[in-house]
Amino acid sequence: MPNPRSLVALLAPLALLPSLLAAQTYPNAADPRSSLAAGRLDAGVAVKNMRLVSFSPKPAAFDTARGLTFINSDLAFSGHDVYQGNFAGFTVWDVRDPKAPKVLAAVACITSQGDPSVYGNLLFISAEGRANRNDCAKNGVQDPKDHMAGVRIYDVSNPAAPQLITNVQTCKGSHTHTIVPDPRDSSVIYIYVSGSQEARPDSELAGCRNGMDPADTTNSLYRLDVIRVPLAHPEQASVVTGARIFTGLNPAPRAASRPARPANNASGQPAPPPTGPRNCHDVTAYPAMHLLGGACGSYGLLVDISDPLKPVRLDAVSDTNFSLWHTAVFSNDGRSVVFTDEWGGGTGPMCQATSMMEMGGNTILTIDSGRTYTQHGYFKIPSAQTAQENCVSHNGGLIPVPGRDIMVQGWYQGGVSVVDFTDRDHPRELAYFDRGPIDPMPVDTSVHAPRAIGGSWGAYWWNGFIYSSELDRGFDIFELIPSDDLSANEIAAAKLVHLEQYNPQSQPHIEWPAAFPVVRAYLDQLIRGNGLASARTTAIARSLDAAERQRGPARRTSLERLAREVNAEAKNARDPERVTALAAAITGLAGASR
Amino acid sequence: MPSTSHHPDPGVKRGRGVVVGILLASLLSVVASPATAQNQHSMAGMGDHPRIAIPPGALYTVADVTFLQGMIAHHAQAIHMSRMAARHQANAAVQRLAIKIEQSQVAEINIMQEWLARNGQFVPDTASWHTMQMSGMLTAAELQELDAASAGAFDRTYLTLMIQHHEGALEMVRDLFATAGAAQDVDVSVFANDVVTVQTAEIGAMRQMLSQLADQ
Repeated sequence: MPNPRSLVALLAPLALLPSLLAAQTYPNAADPRSSLAAGRLDAGVAVKNMRLVSFSPKPAAFDTARGLTFINSDLAFSGHDVYQGNFAGFTVWDVRDPKAPKVLAAVACITSQGDPSVYGNLLFISAEGRANRNDCAKNGVQDPKDHMAGVRIYDVSNPAAPQLITNVQTCKGSHTHTIVPDPRDSSVIYIYVSGSQEARPDSELAGCRNGMDPADTTNSLYRLDVIRVPLAHPEQASVVTGARIFTGLNPAPRAASRPARPANNASGQPAPPPTGPRNCHDVTAYPAMHLLGGACGSYGLLVDISDPLKPVRLDAVSDTNFSLWHTAVFSNDGRSVVFTDEWGGGTGPMCQATSMMEMGGNTILTIDSGRTYTQHGYFKIPSAQTAQENCVSHNGGLIPVPGRDIMVQGWYQGGVSVVDFTDRDHPRELAYFDRGPIDPMPVDTSVHAPRAIGGSWGAYWWNGFIYSSELDRGFDIFELIPSDDLSANEIAAAKLVHLEQYNPQSQPHIEWPAAFPVVRAYLDQLIRGNGLASARTTAIARSLDAAERQRGPARRTSLERLAREVNAEAKNARDPERVTALAAAITGLAGASR
Repeated sequence: MPSTSHHPDPGVKRGRGVVVGILLASLLSVVASPATAQNQHSMAGMGDHPRIAIPPGALYTVADVTFLQGMIAHHAQAIHMSRMAARHQANAAVQRLAIKIEQSQVAEINIMQEWLARNGQFVPDTASWHTMQMSGMLTAAELQELDAASAGAFDRTYLTLMIQHHEGALEMVRDLFATAGAAQDVDVSVFANDVVTVQTAEIGAMRQMLSQLADQ
C-alpha cells in the first residue's frame, strides 16, 4: 500500500544529519584492535569484557581457502546443535560442551550463500549462486535445468545425518530467507525469500518474468517470494505468492531538465528497469509483534505481517549515510530497530581510519505508536582496522539482559562487538573480541594475494554463550565477563533465558523467568544510572538477600512487602520506569515463591 | 584523532605481491593523468590485453575475465570523475557521495585485481580506463564537459553522468549473467551481485539528489 509519508521520511534524514553525526564514535588508533599482528590461527587478539571459550577450525572438507568458495556463512540454533552455513555446504556442531564442540556432520553441497534456518526437524538453506546444482555437485551448471536457486530443505531429525528432502526453486534465488510461522495454523510456516538477482528467464524456471511495474502481479522482480511449508509434508513446500512490499515505493524522479540518456549500447535493448528497491537483502520477522523489518536496497522498511500472505508496508526510510540496508534487529519491546549497512558488500576494508564514518555501521530507528520510523543515532566500531581486513557492520542479535537493549554482532575482520542501544541516540560498545588480519600466505599460496577474506559473519547470543561464524578460520564460542558496564547479575539474568530453537532473522520474543538475578539486574541498573537514591538501593539489596535466605510463604510475604515499597517510591525516583520494572520483577518472584 | 576530512590513501597496503605496487602507482596516476587519452575501443576489442586462456577444470569463462578486466577500467573512470568533486566545489552531499563512490570502488578494484592475479589472468591497472570504453563510460567530450562545468553546474553534470556510468555497470552485469556458463565462480558471482545492489541503490540516491537540485 503506498504510503504518502514515505516521501517525507525519505527527505527527513538529510535535515537531521549534523546532530546525528555528532553521536558517532571515531576510529582510534590507540584502540587495542587497531594494531594486531597478522596470522591465521596465530593472529594477535584484542579482547574486552568477554573471553574465548573455544575455537574450532573448519571441518577438513571446507578448510580449503580459495576466494569465497569455502567460506562459512550464517548460524541457526536447535537443541544442543548449531548449524553453520558454508558456501560449499554446512556444518552441524554439537555444542553440549562449549569448551569442545564436536562436528556432528559436515555436509558437502555447493550452495552459496548457504544461510541456514531450522524449524522442528527441518533445516532450510538459501541457495543463490549460479553454480549451485540440484544434486549438490561441484562442477558447475552446464544445463540450466540442473541449476538450484531457492531454498533447500533438509530433514535433520538425525542431525548427524541430514537428508535433503527437496529444493524449492524461486525466480530470484535466495540470498537470505526468513521463517514466519502461520499465526493461525501451527502446522504451517512460511519462508520469506530475499533474492539479490534479477528473475531467471522463463526458459529456466517457468513463470519467471522481469517486469517494470512493481504492482504487476505477474512481475517476478518486485516481490519477496513466499514459500509455504506444510510441516508434515515438507516435500510439498512451494512458492505460493509474492510479498509485494515495494509497490508505490518508487525511486525519486529523474530531473526534469535533462532526460535520461538512452541505453548506451547499439543493440536496441530496452531501457533498464526503474531503480526503486525490488529486493531486500534481509528481512527480520518479529512474529510476536506481527512486524517485519526489511533491509531493502536504499530503504529500511516496516511491514505488518499479521497476515503473512498479505504483508502491508507501514513505513519506509532512506538515509544517504546508508549504502546498503542489510539486516534489522528489533529491541525486545518492539519499539526500536537496529539496521546495519553492509557498505562494500562484506569483502571491502571499510573500517579503516580513512573510511567514511557515516557508512558501514548501524543506525537505530524507533517505532512510534503510529507504527512509523524515526531515525536516531549511529554506531560504527571505534577501532581503525587495516586495509587487509574486510570489515563492515554485519549480522547479530539481542543479548537478553532485562531492562536494556544490547546486541552482539559480527563485523567480519572487525571482530565481534557488543553494543548497548538502550539510549537510541547514543549507542555504545560494551565488549569486543578481534583478531589481527588473516595472513594470506598460509591461506592462499598465490603470491599475488595481498589479503584473505574472513572474520565474523554473524555473532549471536544463544542460551548463555555467544557463537560466531568465522568465514575463514572456523567457529568461535565466547562468554561475557562482568564489568562496570554489565554486571554479573545482568549476565546471569540473560543466561536464564532458554530458547530451544533460534533463528536470528525470525526474532523470538524474550520473557524472563521469576528469579533473583532478574530482580538484581534491574537493581544494578538503578545503581549504575543513579535511577534511585543509593540509600534505597542498598536497603533493597539487603532485603533481597534476606528474602533469598527464606523459604516458601515467608519469602513470599517478604517479597510482596518489598514490591509494595519499591512501587511506592517509583514516582519520586529519577528513573521511575525502571523502578516500576524492578517492583514488577519482585512481584513475579513473590508469586513464584511457595 | 583522525578527523572527518576525507583524503584516503587507497594505495596504502601492507600486503605482498606485484598487484599492490601496480595499484599504488596507477591509482595515484589517475589523479594526474589527462582525461583526453581515451580511444574508442569497444568491449569486444579491449586494447592490448593478452589472449585469455582458461585452465582446464576452471569454473570461470572468458566472459568472467573480460567482465572483471573491463570493470576495473569502468571503476577507475568513476574514481577519476569523483575526484573532481572537491576541486569543483560540489555541494556537500555530492562531495560525500563522490567520496563514498571513490572508497567503494577502490576497494572493489582491489577485489577484482586480486581475483585476476590469483587466477593468473592479465591484471589491468587503473590507468586502463584511458584505453577501454565500457558501457556507460564517459567519452572524452563528456569528461571535458564535466571538468569544464562551472561550480554551480558541476553537481548536475556529475550526477547525470554518474547515473549513466552506473547504468552502464548494471548493463555489464546483465551481459555477464546473460552469457551461458558465466558467473559460476562464486567470487565473480558475489562481486557482480554486489555491483548491482550497490549501484542500483546509488542510482536511486543520485536521482533523489538530482530532483532536489531541480527544486532549488
